[in-house]
Amino acid sequence: MSESANMNGSGEVLLEVRDLKMHFPVTRGILIQRQVGSIRAVDGLDFDLIKGETLGLVGESGCGKSTTGRAILQLHRPTAGSVRFEGVELTETSGPDLRQMRRRMQMIFQDPYASLNPRMTVGSIVGEPLDVHQLGNSKTDRQERVRELLEIVGLNPYFVNRYPHEFSGGQRQRIGVARALAVNPSFIVCDEPISALDVSIQAQVINLLEDLQRELQLTYLFIAHDLSVVRHISDRIAVMYLGKIVELAERTELYENPRHPYTEALLSAVPVPDPVVEAKRQRIILEGDVPNPASPPTGCNFSTRCPKAMDRCFQEEPEFRDVGDGHYAACFLNEE
Amino acid sequence: MSKTLLKVRDLETKFFTQDGVVHAVNGISYHVDEGETVAIVGESGSGKSVGVMSLIRLIASPPGKIVNGSVVFDGQELMDLAEEDLRHIRGNRIAMIFQDPMTSLNPVLTIGRQITESLELHMSMNRSQSRERAIELLELVGIPAAASRLDDYPHQFSGGMRQRVMIAMGLSCNPQLLIADEPTTALDVTIQAQIIDLVDRLRKELGMAIIWITHDLGVVAGMAERVIVMYSGFIIEAATVNDLYAQPHHPYTLGLLRSIPRLDEAHRERLVPIDGLPPDLLDEPSHCPFAPRCEFVIEKCWQENPPLETVADDHLSACWRDISEIRLELDAGPAGGAA
Repeated sequence: MSESANMNGSGEVLLEVRDLKMHFPVTRGILIQRQVGSIRAVDGLDFDLIKGETLGLVGESGCGKSTTGRAILQLHRPTAGSVRFEGVELTETSGPDLRQMRRRMQMIFQDPYASLNPRMTVGSIVGEPLDVHQLGNSKTDRQERVRELLEIVGLNPYFVNRYPHEFSGGQRQRIGVARALAVNPSFIVCDEPISALDVSIQAQVINLLEDLQRELQLTYLFIAHDLSVVRHISDRIAVMYLGKIVELAERTELYENPRHPYTEALLSAVPVPDPVVEAKRQRIILEGDVPNPASPPTGCNFSTRCPKAMDRCFQEEPEFRDVGDGHYAACFLNEE
Repeated sequence: MSKTLLKVRDLETKFFTQDGVVHAVNGISYHVDEGETVAIVGESGSGKSVGVMSLIRLIASPPGKIVNGSVVFDGQELMDLAEEDLRHIRGNRIAMIFQDPMTSLNPVLTIGRQITESLELHMSMNRSQSRERAIELLELVGIPAAASRLDDYPHQFSGGMRQRVMIAMGLSCNPQLLIADEPTTALDVTIQAQIIDLVDRLRKELGMAIIWITHDLGVVAGMAERVIVMYSGFIIEAATVNDLYAQPHHPYTLGLLRSIPRLDEAHRERLVPIDGLPPDLLDEPSHCPFAPRCEFVIEKCWQENPPLETVADDHLSACWRDISEIRLELDAGPAGGAA
């Protein structure tokens, strides 16, 4: 995949992912465990992240989008493949070197209730990364920085001594963002950061993430299942299905000119809050469910549900390739 | 005009907890016609679920209590009905499907047993009749090889399939009214599309009315005929679906519509969030519940809670402000839009 080395054609590449695979073993037996198969959660991804952009990663539950985020940050060690971040091969880095790299890459989690320790004050939650990476030189430095971080995310610095349960969901998510920003990262994996929030609060957090990106020149990998949100926040969008990226393109291009039947179906299934538009739309209803990632179908992964499947799709796997102007898709229909 | 199936008047439900009284539903009134789909929209804590659970008295008591109100279903007052008699209506003529298909099915009973249970109870069918009917129902909701799946357990079904089973259970006694409480929220979009398609088809075939509870304004736009918007236990706006989206009258509805990104947006515009936090239901409602978050708040909003009044044909709204003034203010410039 050398031709895809710079998928965007412009800008500096911050993160380069090649043939990333993350397989989880399936074992049987209680005392003597033997591996009887593997779940191919992520099965060969190729993409780049350009400095300062937001790449949206969408797909349905179980398609491997969260695992991708974790494998990039080496929270799961990938089974195979390469992840280069600012020129450093992360899969071969470990120990103090990896910890050093983690200062540059942070994560925001989905559930603002589960991702904050209920026994720690906001001050110690946000300050913990500073301690881990030995960034707060003196106690006053550290306090100053924590206050500054709370202000950046729109929380009153006066709250430092409060506990997470005293905050609403949206405010907790802001605490999570402040914690991620503490070490001055250049790259943040946002794993469904707004899906647990109320509708009227979601926009607040989206705007915050957009403002921070502009001010701090952050690069985001934005993982979500809500296509409307992803389209709003992303520069480019990658669509995943059963462990593979089936399509990757610039946001408007993907929406206006989808080149993979799964993307088409996914886009048509998203409801639009406008009854006039809704009445005119044609919905593509997919049959059945996503296959089990422990035994993916032969040929194209989507062949079992694809309304346009041909004989060939059940035997061969289509290549993920450029179909024009940085628009990548994995479908035989693009070959004519 | 079709006949009114359900008429709710001044329904009020409170929870008496250690921390104080939770004002969950504060006197709501609405109606549902036969064969109609009505959506109730609101965020968590808006009282949308408690509101419909109260209709069939599915409120844990204590701490919950239906303090006031009348619910007339098909000419019969449900509030005066003895528990025994209500049981003949609940699950039979009024059916309910819940949000989470994982937790609302019994994991140790087969799917078949769970469907036949209500058939034997309400329709006094025997084993073989009810089994026959259960197969029919599973086929109706699109479960392949229905006969062979009857003896499977819930864990052997996927999320979408489980929700289909829930719908089959809901439909088992030919209800006149189906209450669907966020039935697609836990599902993926492609599966959500399947379920919405299914429910809409079944509504047309079986002629039942649906109350669809959701927080997703997109889902509502595609399937409902009328929409009721709830906030803090009050109905703050009610209108036909086209009117509500084209001409929202309440600042909260307006705010919601402006705050959600749309899949078909041409330009990347900055979202306009609703500032502040959702209301605390422990507070006694004395002023307009939306006043603390409202951009267009005036003195009166803090003194009196506005009543739900007719503002146009088939359109009710509870706001002291005139919508035309609000629109003018919006057009005049960004009213503190950058939050």
